[in-house]
Amino acid sequence: MLHTILFLIFAGICVAGALNFLLQHHPVNSALSLIVVMGALAALFLLLGAEFPAAVQVIVYAGAVMVLFVFVIMLLNAGVEEQTRGSRVASILGIPGLIVFFALMYWTLSAPRSQMASVHIGDYYVPTQALGIALFREFLLPFEVTSVLILIAIMGAVVLARRERH
Amino acid sequence: MTIGGSDKLDLTHYIIFAIVKIALLLFILLTAVAYIVLMERKVIARMQNRWGPNRVGPFGLLQPLADGIKFILKEDIIPDNVYKPLYIAAPMIALILSLVSISLIPFGGDWKIAGYHIPLEATAFWNGAGIQDINIGLLIILGITSIGVYGVALSGWSSNSKYSLLGSLRAGAQLISYELALGLSLIGVLILAGSLSLRQIVDAQSGSILHWNFFGGFQFVAFFIYIMAAYAETNRIPFDLPEAETELVAGYHTEYSAMKFAMFFMAEYCNMVTVGCLATLLFFGGWHSPLDGLNIPVPGIWLLVSPLFWFFIKVFFFIFLYIWIRGTLPRFRYDQLMAFGWKFLLPLAIANIVVTSFVVALRS
Repeated sequence: MLHTILFLIFAGICVAGALNFLLQHHPVNSALSLIVVMGALAALFLLLGAEFPAAVQVIVYAGAVMVLFVFVIMLLNAGVEEQTRGSRVASILGIPGLIVFFALMYWTLSAPRSQMASVHIGDYYVPTQALGIALFREFLLPFEVTSVLILIAIMGAVVLARRERH
Repeated sequence: MTIGGSDKLDLTHYIIFAIVKIALLLFILLTAVAYIVLMERKVIARMQNRWGPNRVGPFGLLQPLADGIKFILKEDIIPDNVYKPLYIAAPMIALILSLVSISLIPFGGDWKIAGYHIPLEATAFWNGAGIQDINIGLLIILGITSIGVYGVALSGWSSNSKYSLLGSLRAGAQLISYELALGLSLIGVLILAGSLSLRQIVDAQSGSILHWNFFGGFQFVAFFIYIMAAYAETNRIPFDLPEAETELVAGYHTEYSAMKFAMFFMAEYCNMVTVGCLATLLFFGGWHSPLDGLNIPVPGIWLLVSPLFWFFIKVFFFIFLYIWIRGTLPRFRYDQLMAFGWKFLLPLAIANIVVTSFVVALRS
């Protein structure tokens, strides 16, 4: 009961933040509503029993990645966005795409209960320790490959930021 | 998660206890903040061979009250060109986040009053068999601290002034850089304790002073990194470049006055208290007495007060250290600050993790 109420509250905040992200005209406001979305997502992770991803969501995404976003916006001093009449691609593909999306949602959700696996909120509590064991035993290779990917990204950043010697 | 059962603690009691604890904690914290400001002024004054505030009340003890009245009664000026929603929200973000993190700090074991077990922590409760606390408490505190950047960053940007913006950009870069070293410095402690729960980290250090992470756990390198990074995170000397008055007027809070300025001020001092509490919990055995192993006979009432006494003594020491360092060291240059964080503290923190995990692996 409490779980459902909390889920509805945070899911509502999440959707409201996402809508606000699109509707705001100022980039800083949009970035801030994205932070709200991430905070609400972290709460949803927490409700699902995934405590470590919840904390990392806040520390990494809300606390570091978005800070850099806000930074860039502040440094460029980006003003209020300019409104156009919308691109042609968006007006042609937008509404059919939306219809397909909602049809897909309806089709998925209206399937009979017996065909869907159902999970109660709070069923899968994953302590941090279990997550660590899974990452470093079973999924060691994908984990290490991901870190190599990040290493490549860092190297790319260094190359881009390096000053050319004249 | 069931609350209650045989130990006569149901949901209503839990909520009442939580509210009472939160109210008490806020009162104590804000009073402490007011008097830390006074203490800072007094101690710095004595270090500089002056008297410091001594006119309001005996020894100037009512000075915080006078300061508070001044902040409340002052005219609250909002400059014309600020971006108002964020200008008003920024000090609130800073203060609220700094107040939230204290609720995760355990101050001691639990008190048994009239049949109820009351853990000395705002977010813990007695579940019938033991104290139930948030088992990723440390991560949540780190998360709250990392969000705290926004108070500073947004205040500088929304003020629409050059000094404020430069101050907040400096603060943002500094906070992100030092957060890495801070987070990595704690991993040695986590390896030793095997848990992210602050209570379990403290329990792992129980026993005499030799079991504390600082001495027995050989985490003094980690402690050094932590305290350096934490000073940078709280924008204190020698890392107070975001508000360097010689170059930036007052940095990110240049355009703030009255209560809004006071909120930034309070947030900074609350963060100092949190840093002191965390240093105590992680490296100095939390509420455990340094004489624990010696079996000195003490009266029963002392057992009740002793955890709080030792905890506050240790936190007091860290607050004093803050002031002491402020009275001693000059400010870094900005490139020195960045080089120190990235080229010295970060590799040192990684080396500490490698050495600690190696030793733990060999021991087990």
